[in-house]
Amino acid sequence: MESKGDLRAPVSQTPLVVEKPKDTSAIGGMVSIEINEKKVSVPLGTTILEACRQNGITIPTLCHHDDLCVAGVCRVCVVEVEGMRTLQASCAFPITNPLKIKTSSPMVRKARRNIIDLLLSEHYGECYSCFRNGKCELQSLAKEYGVDNYTFGHVTEPKYDVDKSSYSVVRDMSKCVLCKRCVRTCIDLQEVGVLEAIDRGDKTHIGTFLEKPLADVICINCGQCINRCPTGALRANDPSDEIWAAIDDPTKHVVIQTAPSPRAAIGEEFGLGAGHSMTRELNTALKRIGFDKVFDTNFTADLTIIEEGTELIIRLYKALVQKENVALPQFTSCSPGWVKFIEHYYPEYLDNMSSAKSPQQMFGALIKTFYAQKAGVEPKDIVSVAVMPCSAKKFECNRPEMYDSGYKDVDYGLTTRELARMIKEAGINLPEMPKSDFDSPFGEASGAGLIFGATGGVMEAAIRSVVEFVLGKKVEDIFEKANIIPLRGFDGIKYMEIPIGDKVGPVPDLIKHLVPNWDWLKGAVLKIAVAHGTANAKKIMDDIKAGGKFSECHFIEFMACPGGCLGGGGQPIPTTPEIRKKRAEAIYAEDESLELRKSHDNPNVVRIYEEFLTEGPCSHLSHELLHTHYTKRGRYIA
Amino acid sequence: MEKNNRKGTVLFSKYTRGEGIKKVLSISREDVLFELRESKLKGRGGAGFPTATKWTIVAAAKSDQKYIICNADEGEPGTFKDRVLLLEYPELVFDGMVIAGYTIGATKGIVYLRGEYEYMLKSLEDYLEQMRKDNLLGKNIIGKKGFEFDIEIRLGSGAYVCGEETALIESLEGNRGEARNRPPYPVNTGFMGKPTVVNNVETLASVPHIIAKGGTWFQKHGTDKSTGSKLFSVSGDCGKPGVYELPWGTKISELLKIVGAENTKAVQVGGASGTCIPKSQFERTLAYEDAATGGSIMIFNESRNMLHILKNFMEFFVEESCGQCTPCRIGNTKLLEGVEMIERGEFTFNYVNQLKELGRTMQVASKCGLGQSSPNSFISILENFKDEIFFQNGNGGTHGK
Ligand SMILES: Cc1cc2nc3c(=O)[nH]c(=O)nc-3n(C[C@H](O)[C@H](O)[C@H](O)COP(=O)(O)O)c2cc1C
Ligand code: SF4
Ligand code: SF4
Ligand code: SF4
Ligand code: SF4
Ligand code: FES
Repeated sequence: MESKGDLRAPVSQTPLVVEKPKDTSAIGGMVSIEINEKKVSVPLGTTILEACRQNGITIPTLCHHDDLCVAGVCRVCVVEVEGMRTLQASCAFPITNPLKIKTSSPMVRKARRNIIDLLLSEHYGECYSCFRNGKCELQSLAKEYGVDNYTFGHVTEPKYDVDKSSYSVVRDMSKCVLCKRCVRTCIDLQEVGVLEAIDRGDKTHIGTFLEKPLADVICINCGQCINRCPTGALRANDPSDEIWAAIDDPTKHVVIQTAPSPRAAIGEEFGLGAGHSMTRELNTALKRIGFDKVFDTNFTADLTIIEEGTELIIRLYKALVQKENVALPQFTSCSPGWVKFIEHYYPEYLDNMSSAKSPQQMFGALIKTFYAQKAGVEPKDIVSVAVMPCSAKKFECNRPEMYDSGYKDVDYGLTTRELARMIKEAGINLPEMPKSDFDSPFGEASGAGLIFGATGGVMEAAIRSVVEFVLGKKVEDIFEKANIIPLRGFDGIKYMEIPIGDKVGPVPDLIKHLVPNWDWLKGAVLKIAVAHGTANAKKIMDDIKAGGKFSECHFIEFMACPGGCLGGGGQPIPTTPEIRKKRAEAIYAEDESLELRKSHDNPNVVRIYEEFLTEGPCSHLSHELLHTHYTKRGRYIA
Repeated sequence: MEKNNRKGTVLFSKYTRGEGIKKVLSISREDVLFELRESKLKGRGGAGFPTATKWTIVAAAKSDQKYIICNADEGEPGTFKDRVLLLEYPELVFDGMVIAGYTIGATKGIVYLRGEYEYMLKSLEDYLEQMRKDNLLGKNIIGKKGFEFDIEIRLGSGAYVCGEETALIESLEGNRGEARNRPPYPVNTGFMGKPTVVNNVETLASVPHIIAKGGTWFQKHGTDKSTGSKLFSVSGDCGKPGVYELPWGTKISELLKIVGAENTKAVQVGGASGTCIPKSQFERTLAYEDAATGGSIMIFNESRNMLHILKNFMEFFVEESCGQCTPCRIGNTKLLEGVEMIERGEFTFNYVNQLKELGRTMQVASKCGLGQSSPNSFISILENFKDEIFFQNGNGGTHGK
């Protein structure tokens, strides 16, 4: 049993803040510089790299990433600054006085070429057998700089064993260029910190705590490190071979559910810009590949809203009316990265977690029970696949508690990237596919389920239902077009208060057996919050621990990944704030184009409570199939 | 602590503990900076940055907290002069720190002591304790109201790169010893993000003399651009290795005579990261403007194999690179491989030239001074001793054509 104690993260990687002078008014906040003899003016504190980009000058980078703090370690971005003896890393150099910069002098070009040659000399990997082939930053650097031979030789043996221990992330450190993007991602963005640089000199490598396999450290499987790795050194654990085998096996009934975020992003793998939803084209492609049925995860997202919303109402009723000691605020539980995060870091708060399963796992349990019955298929013959934006979903479906159907509820979690590869392998060009619908019996779902893909989406979906349940009026009467704008956007933490007022509606039939009326909510103010990226989650949790403002919330949505699922660790690479914004726009636009935009209005959801979960939400059967429990893991792993 | 009865004109000249502190407390900070500027003292840690400039920036900085750090990491192979200063002349080093604290407005000084020097920790701590008792440290130092200063000693982690000032600060903050991006510089954003002066032991030890005897007095020693004297750690093939105080501007040949070196073939000036000077250049002077050094002088006589010497240096850097930046981490490995190829006679001149080019890239593109200076010996030894390396030892043989 080992512990890192309080020194959780390798503190060496704490971000170095590039200091920007506070008062820039004296000089209008601008500095005049010369880039390649062209005079330009940039805001004080701009890095040379930013200044060049703003002026249409490309500078190669490798360790730089728009989401991350500065590292300045790869040195491919070096430029000449007049009067300085050495070249300067443009990504790390803040402009505070007039400079003359040369971005492509002979010395600069020679240095860059030498650096790229050095990286290649140590890089064990062959592009044609690498998942990043065609999407690798090292590869494109080599191409850009006309590398046609290995100047400084080339390794012929892998330096490290591939770590395949994790269900989610595979580490092949022989392909690592030590840019430390993964290290910075894991610490700065996620505040997990399981990766760090170990040893020095030529033995330097990225390792885990005590060099343990990734499965044995407190990795939350978010895969954010994969999305930011410039090379093929990090990848998701790909089950597509097994899925092909199932498709090719005539005795197997292979079904697939698709989550909203992959649909909003998969076009990027086929050369489309970010922000093109491919939902219905994907349905057709999946059928052509050979899946027997294609279902919409949004259906169980709608179901999640009913179950989780009901759970919240029960908690509030117990707390306010029955004066019972219940854990509040209630936390959402659909992000498996977040689930593992809280299990490790705040196990004492697991009672606050909604017991509702994630939409993926709810669907899994229903497919091998409800659907199997309806379709007359043996559950043992069903192979259930979930296309997710997420690498943590792979871990989630392998949790021992996810066998509530009597079988493994979801057999394989497949990422957007892996699915794109399968589609390409089948010779299909996704954007050219005709559109088709989802299969019954689950059919179409609501826009509320769809917006689960963006940070704030689960909360927005829940509020759309809760408001109508409690106030008895249309959510459109309160929020224009049912768009709850304060919950949207990429602020790390969002907070909102919804006053209930003194007019309440009737209790809907679905939950009538749970609460007699809403009178007890009159005059109350519903306080909610949203966080994305576990670094932000940590801020809220620490505030709750300290008894701060968030401890007075009723409901908080947590997503492990920056941007929510649309920025998930299984999504197309690259990821940038701009790309995530476009994906969100695609999701919200699709939601607004739909007729059906509230989970409780989804007729298929209504039907499942009539036909199958007849005792209603949070009842015995629903608890058996749709709810789960969590494991206190702590920061120690045996 | 026993003085070794050392002789010298500046550092080893007479000085009584507390003398500089007493003097400094009677003059203004501006006066101290003036004397320092007059003295033209430059950093003795290797880079040769004017000390007055460094102090002035930090003195002018507005901050609730500032720090003075004494760099006693002394990791450069062949250097042991800081050890002598700390063991035998602690009054110079610590008085220098107190003077620095007074001048820049710091209340805290930290000595970053090389891990291998742990054995002197106890006696240094005792010395500081005595200073506290004598009110040379602590509150209202020798009666100066409001002047508070204390010194803490921290043991280094044993990595060479931790002598580099920003890596040193990282290490002090409890992080992995890796150089930071610059700018910002430590004088603006140093230890704990506060304005910080980092000075070499010897730099600080020069300060009390300057305060006690004046900047003009100091400036008279040495050359116009390299004022004062320098401690040289002399090792290798000579009769009397050890630490010598000599004025800047001393010729290499003069030094060789003083230390009793005969049949000298080469002198490595500035340690592993310095340059290797052949016999034909022994009339060069030891000075910032000519053959600069942080103090290390390694002497090699005719019996030495220059390629082996180079190999040792390169092995050192391959191990000691902190590993964060590409040019240094992989570059040093490639240079070492190149040396081994030459050793085996399996090389082409074309490739050797390519490696020298690589060395020049490392000098300009590495993130910190380690990678920027590690190719120096590769380039200078291969250039200055090419006859020996490529033709005499037979390495050139059939392959090296
Ligand atoms: C790799 C490396 C190692 C260094 N080691 C030392 C050292 O051991 N002692 C030292 O005083 N300076 C060392 N320096 C220089 C310091 O970075 C810094 O310049 C010096 O401490 C400043 O003090 P000065 O101005 O008094 O010379 C080293 C620099 C580099 C690049
Ligand atoms: S990581 Fe990049 S360069 Fe390396 S094998 Fe993969 S595609 Fe090629
Ligand atoms: S998957 Fe997430 S938690 Fe795990 S190493 Fe990568 S960034 Fe860190
Ligand atoms: S694993 Fe990838 S992201 Fe991490 S340091 Fe290596 S190349 Fe960079
Ligand atoms: S030059 Fe060497 S020691 Fe300095 S930062 Fe780069 S790898 Fe580290
Ligand atoms: S991109 Fe600037 S150093 Fe790597």
